[in-house]
Amino acid sequence: MSSALAAAGESRRPLAEFIPSAFLALLGIILLVDAGTLSNNRTGVDPLGPRPAPILVGAISLVLAIALAVAVYRGDRAEAESGEDVDLSSSMDLKTVLLLIGVFLANIVLIDLLGWVISGGLLFYGSALALGSRHLIRDLCIAAALSLSTFYGFAIGLGVNLPAGILQGIL
Amino acid sequence: MDSLQLLLDGFATAATPINLVLALIGVTVGTAVGVLPGIGPAMTVALLLPITYGLEPTGAMIMLAGILYGGMYGGSTNSILLNTPGESSSVVTAIEGNLMAKSGRAAQALATAAIGSFVAGTIGTLLVVFTAPVMTKFAISMGAPEYFAVILLAFICVTAVLGASRIRGFAALMIGLAIGLIGIDSTSGQSRLSFGIPQLGDGIDVVVVAVGIFALGEALWVAAHLRRKAAEVIPVGQPFMGKRDFQRSWKPWLRGTALGFPFGAVPAGGAEIPTFLSYILEKRLTKHPEEFGRGAIEGVAGPEAANNASAAGTFVPMLSLGLPTNATAAVMLAALTSYGIQPGPLLLQRETALVWGLLASLFIANTLLVVLNLPLAPLWAKLLRIPRPYLYAGILFFAAMGAYAVNGSPFDLILLLGLGLIGFGMRRFGIPVLPLIVGVIMGPLIELQGRRALQLASGSPRGLLGGVEVATGQFSLSLLACTVYVIIAIVLVWPLIYPLIKRQLPTPHIDAPTRQPTKTGGDNT
Repeated sequence: MSSALAAAGESRRPLAEFIPSAFLALLGIILLVDAGTLSNNRTGVDPLGPRPAPILVGAISLVLAIALAVAVYRGDRAEAESGEDVDLSSSMDLKTVLLLIGVFLANIVLIDLLGWVISGGLLFYGSALALGSRHLIRDLCIAAALSLSTFYGFAIGLGVNLPAGILQGIL
Repeated sequence: MDSLQLLLDGFATAATPINLVLALIGVTVGTAVGVLPGIGPAMTVALLLPITYGLEPTGAMIMLAGILYGGMYGGSTNSILLNTPGESSSVVTAIEGNLMAKSGRAAQALATAAIGSFVAGTIGTLLVVFTAPVMTKFAISMGAPEYFAVILLAFICVTAVLGASRIRGFAALMIGLAIGLIGIDSTSGQSRLSFGIPQLGDGIDVVVVAVGIFALGEALWVAAHLRRKAAEVIPVGQPFMGKRDFQRSWKPWLRGTALGFPFGAVPAGGAEIPTFLSYILEKRLTKHPEEFGRGAIEGVAGPEAANNASAAGTFVPMLSLGLPTNATAAVMLAALTSYGIQPGPLLLQRETALVWGLLASLFIANTLLVVLNLPLAPLWAKLLRIPRPYLYAGILFFAAMGAYAVNGSPFDLILLLGLGLIGFGMRRFGIPVLPLIVGVIMGPLIELQGRRALQLASGSPRGLLGGVEVATGQFSLSLLACTVYVIIAIVLVWPLIYPLIKRQLPTPHIDAPTRQPTKTGGDNT
């Protein structure tokens, strides 16, 4: 397991490995800046106030960001996570990921408008297609069946909060 | 004995028709989802959480427990029949289990896994029944400084003990703490990290965090690397075991249980270490050493029992202290908090019916698993062939449904997406997920306890070391808090001493089977 991953790791663009450090540093800065906007009312009941916690977490994040960057610079690479369906020997298929993100965003925009049945069904359909399924009609049927059954089962049956959208009154 | 009486009351609760049905549904759905490749128990529980929304707390917890145990059983079915195991605690089962399956003994492998799970789960739950109340009595004597120290210890254990990289573990913890800070600070009333967005004022729901990081992050990650050729599934009929198989299995079951339970009960113990230890132990003790590496039943019986006993063990700190020791416990605690129930030492006292009903229902779920899933195993095996696009589209679908249902707002879906991207990044850069979840759940708690401890000592830092007697104003050092700090120091210093000890111990890989089993690699012939 490790040897295949180590080989794959060598070929990764080294600059990308610094992303976690950058993220941590950004996080630390955000925490410290936001803590600065707080007024630290210290009372007898609350001797610390709301500021110490974010300041502490922010400061540690910055320290970790530097420590991680140094470690990465020195060649420390962590293993990317493997799994049954994960094939790490090939390069990342970003197109699929972006498609999925796009489909997910579409659902976010449409869900209240069109309701769960349509929007969720489209989410499933779009995702299945993005992931490589070629059965256009069959997938549509499965998507519709899923969204209808979950709507009836959960929203109407269990009272779970799912919108009916434009199908309000029809369902 | 007091516990037994409470347990019997618990059975009365758990055996009501509706709770039985919920346990049944939980076990069945949990197994079905757990069998599916790429979905571990934590993700199973996180994804199926929305099913429990319409239920009242006791029923919901019973169902979740069923989902947990079902998910674990499904995972072991998966690792035995599929060429490549997913969840790290199933890796060891897969070593001998898959080899057994390949030599036509899949039925026996599944049977020993199932019965071993039952034995381990039952014994483990019994141990929980007797230890949790003891731990609770102990926990109630804890004041703010002690609680602060214990949570800090949990943080340190979860980040520093994890194998790969302590820096990354700490980084994950920081991200989790930051997420936990979002929202209105209850003591001062000021809003933190909400950037003027009103929906962030209430903070981010832990369920959204769990589903986003686990489910969505995993789905996106797999999408980026989807194996073009599906892994090979070994067909199987009904599981059964012969007498000899049984004779070879029962001692490994017991030994595995003994190994697994303590590790499950300790923060950051997890299931990986005990399953590995069990494998090594069984290999040393077996009367059939030539079979190890070609499908030895002890190599399945022991580790599976260890895995399940570890899962039972996690209930001890979860119920008595409110401390999650693995991701699944974290998600279950999140479910509790979403009902407004405060996990912690008082849980056992405040929610007696719920806790004992839950424990009783663990026994029932265990039994249901064996009774149902042995005959149904061929059916579950068919699920392994599910086309991957449907599987991951389904994960996205249910993740979106669950996140939206929390507040009925698309904003949570935006949060979900953001968290999914963070989860994706964490998997890409090898940053562990458990510290993040622990940080989200326990961050607000530790801050609260810390502030309270200082308040009790009128702002003096020694409030973290002990308590002040209200009447006399006298400061007394807390033995527990100091002990815990010493343990923390040892844990932090340990990696410097460990390499010296390591040279004495044999490494698992040296004892691994002679014929290299395919685990995750491209050797997919």
